[in-house]
Amino acid sequence: MKLTGAQAFLKCLEEHGVEVIFGYPGGALIDVYDELMKNDKIHHVLTRHEQAAVHAADAYGRIKGSVGVALVTSGPGATNAVTGIASAYLDSIPLIVFTGQVPTKLIGNDAFQEVDIVGITRPITKHNYLVKDADDLVPIIREAFHLAKTGRPGPVLIDMPKDVLATRITYPEAKTISMRTYKPTYEPHPGQIEKACQAMLKAKKPVIYAGGGVILSDSNEELTSLARQLNIPVTMTLMGLGGFPGTDPLSMGMLGMHGTYYANMAVANCDLLIAVGARFDDRVTGRIDAFAPHAEIIHIDIDPSSISKNVRVDIPIVADCKNALVAINAWFARSSEFNAKECLEKNRPWHEQIKEWKTKHPLGYVEETDIIKPQFVIQKLHELTGGDAIITTEVGQHQMWTAQFYHFNKPRQWATSGGLGVMGYGFPAAIGAQMAAPDKVVIDIAGDGSIQMNIQELATCKQEKLPVKVAILNNGYLGMVRQWQELFYNKQYSSTVMEVAPDFVKVAEAYGAVGLRATKPSEVEPVIREALKINNTVFMDFVIAREEGVYPMVPAGKATTEMLLV
Amino acid sequence: MKHTISVLLQNKPGVLSRVTGLFSGRGFNIESLSVAQTLEQDVSCLTLVTSGEDTIIEQITKQLHKLIDVIKVTDMCEHDNVEREMALIRVKAEAHTRAEVLRIIDIFRGKVIDVGPKSYVLEITGKASKLQAVIDILRPIGIQEIVRSGTIAMTRAQKS
Ligand SMILES: Cc1ncc(C[n+]2csc(CCOP(=O)(O)OP(=O)(O)O)c2C)c(N)n1
Ligand SMILES: [Mg+2]
Repeated sequence: MKLTGAQAFLKCLEEHGVEVIFGYPGGALIDVYDELMKNDKIHHVLTRHEQAAVHAADAYGRIKGSVGVALVTSGPGATNAVTGIASAYLDSIPLIVFTGQVPTKLIGNDAFQEVDIVGITRPITKHNYLVKDADDLVPIIREAFHLAKTGRPGPVLIDMPKDVLATRITYPEAKTISMRTYKPTYEPHPGQIEKACQAMLKAKKPVIYAGGGVILSDSNEELTSLARQLNIPVTMTLMGLGGFPGTDPLSMGMLGMHGTYYANMAVANCDLLIAVGARFDDRVTGRIDAFAPHAEIIHIDIDPSSISKNVRVDIPIVADCKNALVAINAWFARSSEFNAKECLEKNRPWHEQIKEWKTKHPLGYVEETDIIKPQFVIQKLHELTGGDAIITTEVGQHQMWTAQFYHFNKPRQWATSGGLGVMGYGFPAAIGAQMAAPDKVVIDIAGDGSIQMNIQELATCKQEKLPVKVAILNNGYLGMVRQWQELFYNKQYSSTVMEVAPDFVKVAEAYGAVGLRATKPSEVEPVIREALKINNTVFMDFVIAREEGVYPMVPAGKATTEMLLV
Repeated sequence: MKHTISVLLQNKPGVLSRVTGLFSGRGFNIESLSVAQTLEQDVSCLTLVTSGEDTIIEQITKQLHKLIDVIKVTDMCEHDNVEREMALIRVKAEAHTRAEVLRIIDIFRGKVIDVGPKSYVLEITGKASKLQAVIDILRPIGIQEIVRSGTIAMTRAQKS
């Protein structure tokens, strides 16, 4: 039986187990939307902006551990999706974005709503395709799923001209995918494992530096057992939070620009740095020559181009993080040289040193009685959700406070735009997360600036009946930029004061959601409790200390030991 | 240091711009580039000359490898290889210089491939340094136009 391209497209999504897609229609996609209406296996979430569709698909994939799917029309639909694609690319999130395109015979004519989206997204996708022949559609989709989720994951874009979607084709049988040019290395080299383990045996001041790769490869358990068995303190990147339990005594929380004092001090003084699925980003390393200057560096990553890109690495291990950690754990299990007690003894002075740093400068803030401190709100959210909510964020101070004070204990509980830092990510991401985990509490921790970048998604929440909670830390500023202005630009608050702002409670109500407000510390807990009880979308407007700063802070370009403290 | 890098690619639309986009996007430079089909119809060979410290060259080869359409990347400097470039040179050839031009081109084993009333077009192949030598010698006679290809390279047969 022959199928149209549009029918084959949906059938191929079903073949890959896709149940939910996020999108927005348009002329070029009308054939697909016509078929979607008849399809009862795939649920289409109509977002109110294409950027939101891509962020939602991104977070859906992160929480579920699958490949998110977004569908947007040609021209402006496709260009609106670009920010979402770039964000997913920089965070290595598996995602497929399907774009409509003008009919093949019009391509290149500057036709109505034509853009060269394959050209535009070439540097921000893992790979992309323009389907020119309807018979290629299904094989390309299969290849795209394979690419998106294997190796170092990432977004793949497929551009589908309108005539391709209308052409009748024979649906090809599924085949195992083997690509001549693409064979990621999953298995670590045994010689490198041996070297790494020997280095760990010798080290007196080791640190594990865990990144998003731990989450992406689901290797949190392997990482945790390694750290506990060898008694190695762990610090995580923004993307790696949840890769190791945040409340574990070995956890030093996040490192880098807004990392903890003790994590940054530990990295600066360690004799062995074990980087797992992390990429030595400038927000982590600060001034590069002062990063882990005394350490031998082990770097486990599936992407060879990440290794020795920014920092020289002594023991590179190109492999899936999970396979590498399994191999390392197995090495210690059979090693006669390894003795857990000795190891504990050997590292004791190091742990004492770290404890000293922790006591000297713990993560903290100055509490106040009459004004709400943002960190207090995060602590309360943590407490009242038992640390078990799925948290998304926008970008700014609130994002850093969340990373510092919501101590994530599990992976796939956290979605933030790390690499690109997109204001407007969190709310659509919360929609994606709630679709992925309908029974979980999902909270977007937002800033008053960022929430306005995709506030229209209240309508999507309403339509899908999603009880997403949004906690707005309302400081009346583009706070993170204001903080830089305060510290480095003579307090010239150029364009960072939100002189005009909507009443967020009323905005929520206008969409049929619920709005709550807290202006005093004593109101924080009752507002959160009430919000958690309501089976509807809730905006919580927390009017917070206006000029609170995020500390510690490593000024850009400085060594990570040069921290500004509370 | 200069490196000649040979890249085997799937012969598909847009592949070249993936490579050049990678170079411009990451701030690597390309000094010359040449690309054409290989023995296999669906495979192209792209040869490019770039320069940079070892760490940069390492990144270049790794990033090229990462492109899904790239089959193989070879840094020719790590192998014994032969390299060639071609130049077409339009040089003034009037009654009193014709013989000299012919003599020069003969020494460098080039060819005259077009003859005009007042000029020749010369074809010359060799390493970049040889081409430069020819150009330097012809310059006083009067070079009107030069078109040079990018470098192409091939590894030598293994001895033994
Ligand atoms: C789309 C986008 N535009 C601009 C920026 C630059 N930027 C980073 S943080 C920030 C301020 C965010 O303000 P708000 O959402 O109120 O958060 P706060 O820092 O006050 O917690 C800005 C403008 C960005 N990250 N993303
Ligand atoms: Mg703000």
